[in-house]
Amino acid sequence: MGYTIAEKILAEHAGTEVTPGQIVNVPVDMAMANELSAALAIKELNKWGIEKLADPEKVCLIPDHFSPAKDINAAGIAKVVHDFARKHNVKWYLEVGRAGIEHAVIPLEGIILPGQIMIGGDSHTCTAGAVNSFSTGVGSTDIAAAWATGEVWLKVPRSARLIYNGKLRPHVYGKDLILHTLKDLGTAGATYMAIEFQGDVFDQLPIWDRFTMANMAIEAGAKTGLFRFDDKTRELVESTPRYLVDQPEYHVAKPDDNAVYALERVYDVSDIEPQVACPFSPDNVRNISEVKDVKIDQAVIGSCTNGWLEDLRRAAEVFRGRKVADNVRVIILPGSQRIARQAFDEGLPQIFIDAGCIFSTSTCGPCIGGHMGVLGENEVCVSTTNRNFAGRMGHLSSEVYLTNPAVAAASAVLGRIGTPDEV
Amino acid sequence: MNIKGKVYRVGENINTDVIMPGRWCHLTDDAELAEHCMEDLDADFHKKISKGDVIVADDNFGCGSSREVAPLSIKASGIGGIVAKSFARIFYRNAINIGLPIFESPECVEATEAGDELEIDMFGGTIINHTKGREFTFAPFPPFMKTIIEKGGLKGWVLEKLGK
Ligand code: SF4
Repeated sequence: MGYTIAEKILAEHAGTEVTPGQIVNVPVDMAMANELSAALAIKELNKWGIEKLADPEKVCLIPDHFSPAKDINAAGIAKVVHDFARKHNVKWYLEVGRAGIEHAVIPLEGIILPGQIMIGGDSHTCTAGAVNSFSTGVGSTDIAAAWATGEVWLKVPRSARLIYNGKLRPHVYGKDLILHTLKDLGTAGATYMAIEFQGDVFDQLPIWDRFTMANMAIEAGAKTGLFRFDDKTRELVESTPRYLVDQPEYHVAKPDDNAVYALERVYDVSDIEPQVACPFSPDNVRNISEVKDVKIDQAVIGSCTNGWLEDLRRAAEVFRGRKVADNVRVIILPGSQRIARQAFDEGLPQIFIDAGCIFSTSTCGPCIGGHMGVLGENEVCVSTTNRNFAGRMGHLSSEVYLTNPAVAAASAVLGRIGTPDEV
Repeated sequence: MNIKGKVYRVGENINTDVIMPGRWCHLTDDAELAEHCMEDLDADFHKKISKGDVIVADDNFGCGSSREVAPLSIKASGIGGIVAKSFARIFYRNAINIGLPIFESPECVEATEAGDELEIDMFGGTIINHTKGREFTFAPFPPFMKTIIEKGGLKGWVLEKLGK
């Protein structure tokens, strides 16, 4: 029986044959945490009396959730993490100013490579599946254990194959494809599974849309969301700073032709219009033509879901020469410092600022209702992030609608949810 | 090993944002975590729970963010275990790793109401609803998970592996 991408990576790491449902202990190539999950993991390590990490070169720490520190508490947490990184010579401690949002930083710096296994103390760790790595979110205890032993226990997941064929309509992107998929599968439709995304649509789209889709694999309950390796992957991976310096070897994981999938879907994308996930679940998805007269108070464009350079370009295209509607606040959240820098090179922040947006530093702040754009009572927000549970971005009564960046930008100009064709 | 207590009943898709809202995610102290556990669903949750009580939930309990403070806060509040139709996967492994026992039994969930008296035989694979006078079974844990649970969480496994 052939292997799927996930099975291939796990078998290679376990050094044995694997079958779905089996539990394996595998070496991890990177164990990553943000300041919140890291603080808990460090507390665990201390409780366990662990003095030495298995391999500080395989540890990555990125403060992003409440960073730059939103208050004294957050500063204290960030300091614990910083001190830990220094004490243990952690190779991939990325300080505010040299990083951004963890999932946007990791693949672009080359911290994870194709065929590798990464666990991360954050559910959206699955984002790096876009570069053909088995990347999955775990909890802080798992992270502590991996730092101590270099290993993690994983249940070999069943795999799902989702195939996207056809020609995309204007203003339809990876975000719309994944929202469309969530409408079909629901928030538990792929629980415990590794999703493999395939299809000719990915030849039309830049690689960034793969990250958006892999990012939201977890929203269907999946363990990871994987893409095949192709020329676009190679180009990205081999232009990362780490690769350029070290040229590390990596082993691409290609699925076998006779691999077995527990769930299969073929989507014809030609008829899909921009999608909107309405409150209060990412699977409460409608066509934008069905979402009428939703007035907004705030738009958030960016995050680890849609803070890639191409996303900023798509939003800027809508804002160019236009103004944000009265009574609407817009926060642009580039995924990382590197992406922000590239945006400056292309003159995008100037377009945002001229339109009346905030060009924010790269942080999770608004996405998690933490700081820098928390919603008040009954406020409505259109957001390119990945979750819209009640209270996610602030007050319990506030509402979040999830869209792609072009639609979010158009909505900001219109003052209500709408498409770029309407501005 | 047995868990015995009364039932706190919730519905489906209880996400970790509800169990431990983002605004409290910086907490690491057990008592504080317990105080805010489930507060967006039921502000008095921590007052209603006695040690050993059991949460009974429909499908996909613990979906959303990977925050380990979610299961930690539940454990800190005194809950002895959770029975659900199904769990979101990160929540599942977090719970096992921190030594909060969880069980999948759709039949038990269907038949159980708030306030019922439950008794769970963790390794025997049975749940007795004393109030309703009924018994249910659940699939036994795979050997590796059983080891972790017996050791009270992942900690025991790590220390053994490192020869401590
Ligand atoms: S941007 Fe939002 S979804 Fe992404 S890592 Fe930060 S809090 Fe999580």
